[in-house]
Amino acid sequence: MTPPLLELSGITKAFGGVSALLAVDFSLTPGEIHGLVGENGAGKSTLMKIIAGVHPDYQGEMRLNGRHARFASPREARAAGIGMVHQELSAVRDLSVAENVHLGTQPVNRLGLIAWRAMRNGAAEHLQSLGIDVDPRTDMGALPLGMQQLVELARVLFSGARIIILDEPTSALSPPEVERLFALLRRLREAGRSIVFISHFLDDVLAICDRVTVFRNGQAVATEPCGAVDKRWVIDRMIGAGHEGLEESYLSEIPLHSRPDATVVLELDGLTRAGAYRDVSLCVREGEVLGIYGFLGSGQLELARTLFGRLPAERGRIALDGRTMRLSSTSRARRAGMAFLPESRRMMLFAAEPVFKNVTIAILDRIHRLWLRPGVERGIAERQVERLRIRPPRVGRLLGTLSGGNQQKVALAKWLTHLPRVLVLSEPTRGMDVAAKDDVVQIVRGLREQGIGIVVVSTEPETVLSLADRILVMKKGSVVREFADEPVSKDRLLAAA
Amino acid sequence: MRGVTDWLHGQLRNVAPFATLLVLVSFFWAASDSFATLGNLENILTQISVTGIIAVGLTFVILCAEIDLSVASIANATGIVVAYFTAQDASVTIANVPLPGWAAILIALAACFALGAVNAFGLTRIGIPSFIMTLAMLQIAAGICALLVRGQIAYAVPPLIGTLGSRSLGPVPWIVIVAALFLLVGHVVLTYTRFGRYVYMTGGNREAAEYSGVNVRAILSAVMIISAVCSGVAGMLGVAYFGSAQQNEFDTYLLDSISAVVVGGTSLFGGQGGIGNTIIGLFVLGVLNNGLDHINIDSFLKILIRGLILLVALVINVYAQRMRTVQEG
Repeated sequence: MTPPLLELSGITKAFGGVSALLAVDFSLTPGEIHGLVGENGAGKSTLMKIIAGVHPDYQGEMRLNGRHARFASPREARAAGIGMVHQELSAVRDLSVAENVHLGTQPVNRLGLIAWRAMRNGAAEHLQSLGIDVDPRTDMGALPLGMQQLVELARVLFSGARIIILDEPTSALSPPEVERLFALLRRLREAGRSIVFISHFLDDVLAICDRVTVFRNGQAVATEPCGAVDKRWVIDRMIGAGHEGLEESYLSEIPLHSRPDATVVLELDGLTRAGAYRDVSLCVREGEVLGIYGFLGSGQLELARTLFGRLPAERGRIALDGRTMRLSSTSRARRAGMAFLPESRRMMLFAAEPVFKNVTIAILDRIHRLWLRPGVERGIAERQVERLRIRPPRVGRLLGTLSGGNQQKVALAKWLTHLPRVLVLSEPTRGMDVAAKDDVVQIVRGLREQGIGIVVVSTEPETVLSLADRILVMKKGSVVREFADEPVSKDRLLAAA
Repeated sequence: MRGVTDWLHGQLRNVAPFATLLVLVSFFWAASDSFATLGNLENILTQISVTGIIAVGLTFVILCAEIDLSVASIANATGIVVAYFTAQDASVTIANVPLPGWAAILIALAACFALGAVNAFGLTRIGIPSFIMTLAMLQIAAGICALLVRGQIAYAVPPLIGTLGSRSLGPVPWIVIVAALFLLVGHVVLTYTRFGRYVYMTGGNREAAEYSGVNVRAILSAVMIISAVCSGVAGMLGVAYFGSAQQNEFDTYLLDSISAVVVGGTSLFGGQGGIGNTIIGLFVLGVLNNGLDHINIDSFLKILIRGLILLVALVINVYAQRMRTVQEG
């Protein structure tokens, strides 16, 4: 076997006492595409950030071309020929393709001005040599996401990278775009470049990679040639099946109980929005929690926004209690009986305002006519604070002074005084401690008993498993699987996505 | 002790303008015999009235983290419109259209409402940033002024406007009473009504307001129109107060009204402040302008001093915002 281009041994990294990587070995040979899989938090990204110079302090040894290497900054890593394409593309949307390709290395003429013609020609040549068919004068922002990604890859190559790290490169791509990307990767492999391919999409990993390394709980648990393994094998390694370290939570089955007889509250029919989701049809019943699970970029977060009038669908029909609705704005959606909790606290809370104003903002038009009545408002807020056990229980406190979990509860509280018909929760337990998560689960269960329809969208299997009565799995914008009235486990969810 | 310091930090945006006002008043009181008299208080009040009426509307806009650069132009245009529809002296050679006083006032009000609505449309429907949209409106309203008066000066205004702008009720000028009423109503609306709450919440976190189902577009449209109508009223009374309607006569009011709101401590980032702050800001500017006249200072230096005061206010404004962010952190 060829000697490795990059070799890491015994890499250990801890964040504030919590170890993120434990004695990890990893190697990359020239002309290899190496897949990296594992759950969120398993350690893939941390390892790549060490290679890319983002985390300079770690234990262990990194060797590049057989020589000891240690990067103190991303700049040093770049200089050593390591390039990274992030999932959230770092391209400058307002600049042209040519400028993006040359980012940081613009050619200048004798006067020190940018040599535009040289830059355009250089970019055109470079893109052509990679087989990327795009006019270098186009604005980056005007290109479809898949093309932006290829251009970004071209930029990394242009800056001389020998090792390219791709973070979730296929999550937002359509099948033909994935094919185009793969074709390019194969060409790069033939040219002797080495590629690290991080992805949740196991099918994609197995289709393109030469070897795959599986991460679990900060350890690299297995590395095998892709030809020798299948998807089942990878999932088993990811969740620890077949070893003594078997993790109960992955395989433990949770019974689902859908309510096929209950009245349908919300019905979607053929909902489509280009670049986000397509042809989504589903229904939510009274007293039911519908979970929608999918990897980041699968379209479920966008779908949730559509249900609250924030991101209109281009085609399809939304009906609430049998009546077709036009959800063209959030205020219209709210008045129609929809409610929404976005995935980030910043998007739903007023940190500089007291708790009670945060609780009542969504129902002001129901509790006041023209004049505000602070007594009424505080009373309502106090009841919610007591019911949700928000700490400290003082409604006059500025919201920003509360802990994260309590802020999240305040956000939830604003939809609880006048119940909506349908409550859409996006990542409702993200970043919460166990106790706070439990509280949220209890609150959602309580709401279900009161007969409203609840939709929980998440990229974390645990979230939908702990809350949902029925689960839909979305993949690249489409609903691909429904789990109802059957036991479901994290293992099965991962396999479906 | 820590508690008190924290509280002071949190209140910086309210305390600093008030302290500034106290310092200025004490200074001029000590430096000049003619400053601290009842007659001069009336002067100051009259001098800040037109700015005050404009600043009420501007406070709504700035609370929403937007800006309106067209206030002075709209004031000017509205003042000229009301004169245009009033019978002028034979010596004024404007092709004007004399109408009854009430009709002229209604047309003028409709005009400023319409200009505000155009601002609102550009901001909320087309998506032009308010800074640019109202910059264009500044030009448009100036163009309306130019077309109507064509370099001439009109003098007559409807009797009601004449009274409110240049007469007194007993010892108190009507224009001061009108300004006080506007400030009062503005304060009541912002503090005690549902609409006022929406204004603060929209300014505090627009995305969160949107995700709470607040009709942010409607709120922004309303504040742009409120701003234009306040400016229009200020423009009509201003014309009566100056005794003439001509082009460019409100030019200094743009900077003055923005200064009043910001010096008072209303956050340029939205959501913090209010009419109380604007009142303090108006007095700081009024006392400063007036006081500098009393201490016999180089009138060219006055301009520089005002600029410096505005700069200090901006520094405090941004600093107070940072304090808050740190406290919330």
